[in-house]
Amino acid sequence: MDLTVADTIREIIRGHIAENDGVVLGQCLSAVGWIQNTIPAQTEGLIELPMTDVAGAGMAVGMAVAGRRPIFVIRYQSFLWLNSSPIVNYAAKCKEIWGYSCPVFVRAIADEGNGLGPVHSNCYHSIFMHMPGLPVCAPMTPGEYRQIWDWYMTHDDPLFVSEHRRCFRSAEELPDIVSDRSVFTIYAASAARFTAREAVRMLAEQGIVCDLVNVLWLKPFELSERTLAPLRRTGKGLMLDSAYEVAGAARSIAYELMDATGARVRALGMADRSPGASRHLENGTPTPERIAAAVKEMLT
Amino acid sequence: MMSRDLRRPDLGAIPGLAATWPEARTLELFRRLCEIRHFDLRVRRGQIEKDVDTLIYLSVGQESVAAGVSMAMRGSWLLGQHRGHSFYLAFDGRREPLVDELLGLPTGCCGGMGGSPPIHDIERRIVGHIGLIGDQVPVAAGIAMARPGERVVSVFGDGAAEEDYVLATLGMAASRKLPILFVCEDNDLSVLTPTRDRREWLLADVARGFGIEAVDIADDPWLVAHWAETLSDRLPAVMNVRTCRGLWHVGTGSDDNADWDRFALVRETLAELGLADKAAAIESETEKGVEELWTSRLRTRSAK
Ligand SMILES: Cc1ncc(C[n+]2csc(CCOP(=O)(O)OP(=O)(O)O)c2C)c(N)n1
Ligand SMILES: [Mg+2]
Repeated sequence: MDLTVADTIREIIRGHIAENDGVVLGQCLSAVGWIQNTIPAQTEGLIELPMTDVAGAGMAVGMAVAGRRPIFVIRYQSFLWLNSSPIVNYAAKCKEIWGYSCPVFVRAIADEGNGLGPVHSNCYHSIFMHMPGLPVCAPMTPGEYRQIWDWYMTHDDPLFVSEHRRCFRSAEELPDIVSDRSVFTIYAASAARFTAREAVRMLAEQGIVCDLVNVLWLKPFELSERTLAPLRRTGKGLMLDSAYEVAGAARSIAYELMDATGARVRALGMADRSPGASRHLENGTPTPERIAAAVKEMLT
Repeated sequence: MMSRDLRRPDLGAIPGLAATWPEARTLELFRRLCEIRHFDLRVRRGQIEKDVDTLIYLSVGQESVAAGVSMAMRGSWLLGQHRGHSFYLAFDGRREPLVDELLGLPTGCCGGMGGSPPIHDIERRIVGHIGLIGDQVPVAAGIAMARPGERVVSVFGDGAAEEDYVLATLGMAASRKLPILFVCEDNDLSVLTPTRDRREWLLADVARGFGIEAVDIADDPWLVAHWAETLSDRLPAVMNVRTCRGLWHVGTGSDDNADWDRFALVRETLAELGLADKAAAIESETEKGVEELWTSRLRTRSAK
């Protein structure tokens, strides 16, 4: 059977501990399903942190300075509001200020809905893109996860990995969908990769053919033939993301796309309000319906 | 290990304490305990029957901590944590907005935004928790500084006790002699990770290091009430109360492996005091009261 994203992460970590003297730090690593089966069920190489949501990140940073290439696990991205300072102020600035590196691999897991409520139902990677010295990516497939891991192991930068629980059980690779017949180009990151595919299907049924270009790297955003050529052809685009739209990754990348091509690109993300725990108050990744409506509005 | 030896139902026991209480006070204590228990068991049923679909954090097994503390501190400011129905009820938060919140109604105390963790009743000085563990503790200190002369109860778990900002707040409370009763509901678990896998130190020792009076006791409700009352004149103070979570961290499941069953022990004590019949009557009254409350709120919901 094909490995899922969760299997892939777990096997990468197992190898990292066994072969690289790597180490994982986090809270409740062993309990309740080993973080959705993304942590190998072993004691070796795992450091069970107490509930130190500020100092914990600092400890991971220290291990990175000392060369252990630590993986720092954040079970819900909401905890990052407490953990962020050592990551953005220490790890990300290390090279610029002191010339030595601090390669900490931050596994920040987003989730939404399921009654999680106003703080934990969310995806907060945009605020990390704001700070220099910290590349930000959002792998959603097994292959992409291996790709960003290889990048991390061959560079000496910290890496912010915005994971999403929606992809953990998926074994699918999600290739770009590009066609000469397209009239519109959709870009998608994080869990919006899944809703975007559904939207593309829905729109195709209505005779509206759209490209779907995957965004793995949020920062730096990949300005290449792969990302730009479809937009140059269709002249209209929409960038989707699972985080807040206002001042968020989607708008920032939409701007880069517009700036590079002159085409009109809009952004869609979470609405500007806190998600509620009750179902009717949820607020998350743009749904296929919202995406399809936004595309149609831009085409009229 | 030291902290394991301290996990016993008679930790800090004062022999004969319950017998020194007037009957009416003992029965009131038991009434509060029962209401919490039946309320949370009703929430549990509500989730099983799919009337409650948000995340719920129940205090079944831990009722006596809130009931005991409330006997001395009701009317103070209260800042609880995510597992907070017990303290909300014991501090007399209004019932209907609580049930409505769990049912996801606009008339809920948070308009359906939060489910269990952020419940509040600000008019009764019960302040909401945002869902980041322990961050209610520095907020409690802020309230204490803003309202000189008013007492504050700050509740958190044994996991939260490890948070940087919780420890820093103990220091601030010590330095400024803030009138805060810190209550740690020590169920020996952070989700499913036991204390021994997380730390080697004791909260009471740390508090004493800061110069704060601290007790480390089991959750006998008479004992909890006794210390809450004794310490209420000597704040700041810390009560680390050893208790047992009867259900899963979140939701309705049960592992049936609690170190002790406090509710059963309380019933035994009441029987020894000759109060078995009165206690049984209180149990069925509170259960009935809770059921009536839920039935009426569910009726309101289906009428909408
Ligand atoms: C700042 C923060 N870190 C981690 C979590 C995840 N989390 C939710 S409840 C919990 C356990 C808290 O343990 P404790 O304080 O002992 O309370 P209990 O659940 O035992 O009542 C954890 C780790 C969180 N909600 N907030
Ligand atoms: Mg606990």
